[in-house]
Amino acid sequence: MISRNEKIEPPSDDKRWRIVQATMQRNGFTRDGLIETLHTVQQSFGFLDDDSLRYVAASLNAPLSQVYGVSTFYHLFSLKPAGRNTCVVCMGTACYIKGAPSLLEQIENEYGLSRGETTEDGHLSLMTARCLGSCGLAPVAVINGHIAGKLNAEEALQRLQALQEVENVQQA
Amino acid sequence: MKRPFKTRIKTLKIDGIDVGAREDETILELAQENGIFIPTLCHLEGVHDVGSCRLCLVEVKGSNKLFPSCMTYAEEGMEVITNSERLQTYRRQVLDLLFSERNHVCAVCVSNGNCELQWMAGKLGITHVGVPYLYPQLAVDASHPYYAHDPNRCILCTRCVRVCDEIEGAHTWDVMGRGVDCQIISDLNEPWGLAESCTRCGKCVQVCPTGALFTKGKAVAEMKKRHEFLPYLRSMREGRNE
Repeated sequence: MISRNEKIEPPSDDKRWRIVQATMQRNGFTRDGLIETLHTVQQSFGFLDDDSLRYVAASLNAPLSQVYGVSTFYHLFSLKPAGRNTCVVCMGTACYIKGAPSLLEQIENEYGLSRGETTEDGHLSLMTARCLGSCGLAPVAVINGHIAGKLNAEEALQRLQALQEVENVQQA
Repeated sequence: MKRPFKTRIKTLKIDGIDVGAREDETILELAQENGIFIPTLCHLEGVHDVGSCRLCLVEVKGSNKLFPSCMTYAEEGMEVITNSERLQTYRRQVLDLLFSERNHVCAVCVSNGNCELQWMAGKLGITHVGVPYLYPQLAVDASHPYYAHDPNRCILCTRCVRVCDEIEGAHTWDVMGRGVDCQIISDLNEPWGLAESCTRCGKCVQVCPTGALFTKGKAVAEMKKRHEFLPYLRSMREGRNE
């Protein structure tokens, strides 16, 4: 049965909605395809906003609260746009013992945000990870995809400062 | 293929009493039929069980594991123990954690005296809570014209979620987040009053075991909740779908 939900209009003219529609089509516009569809939205837009959640819910005939529940349950989905730079601090046991909490706290204080948040200007997202599996390098952080091991707070802040400078140069 | 008739009825022992069960019967239902008390909080007659509160755990002879009796089906030759020292300890721990996770202070609660959590604590002999309260900062949602939602009293039994989904069919409620950050939300985490899917039927309020969902403008003494109508509603609505 082809669902009538195909006719539901996406929230904007953005071409990326076609990719989302394709994913839903592949799953026959059934509710089972919810996670996969949200993945596609996350990949295409970088985050899930209210409009996209409403659109996905309406298209798949899924309750809004369920869609919201799923997208907050999985860490891979984010409801806010990520910053231009990301810093992931490992909070695994080894890193924890080697001082990851104070490292994290100093970054938080420096940038005035708490873990899981993005600075207001969208410069930096600060996140935590359960364990990166590089316990020999504890404490570890991943800055823009590059692993930085045996970090102390000074070094970490320096690296983050460097990101800011790169951005300043690009803007100039 | 249909099963042969003789496996349809299971005979087993609960607390040393010989009982007979249909094969689709859970240990909890069987115990209730036979007048054996098993404490429950998330179980609600008329909606599906989820086994989330862990109060109905029972011991089964021959296994070290504890089984949630609302999710365990009767089996031939089972020997179930519903009330041992070990079970009592675990049940008290479960209640301890439920109380400490939010802001459960009976003296200032709208459901004082009509609360299943409070009643259960009395029944299981809880005199104090052994762990410090977490007191998370959660806002009361009174945007709905008739009812209010106070997440501080919520024990996440998901009765409201299930009754809204299975009986009313609106699915206004669901659970967001995970672990200690879990919360009951309506629609896209909007104020309840703005949730378009809500039909204002109030079933969720009637099934809430605590004061997390309550009717506005009622005194504490009037806060009695009733959900005897659920099994009836369920059977009527199922019959119509067939």
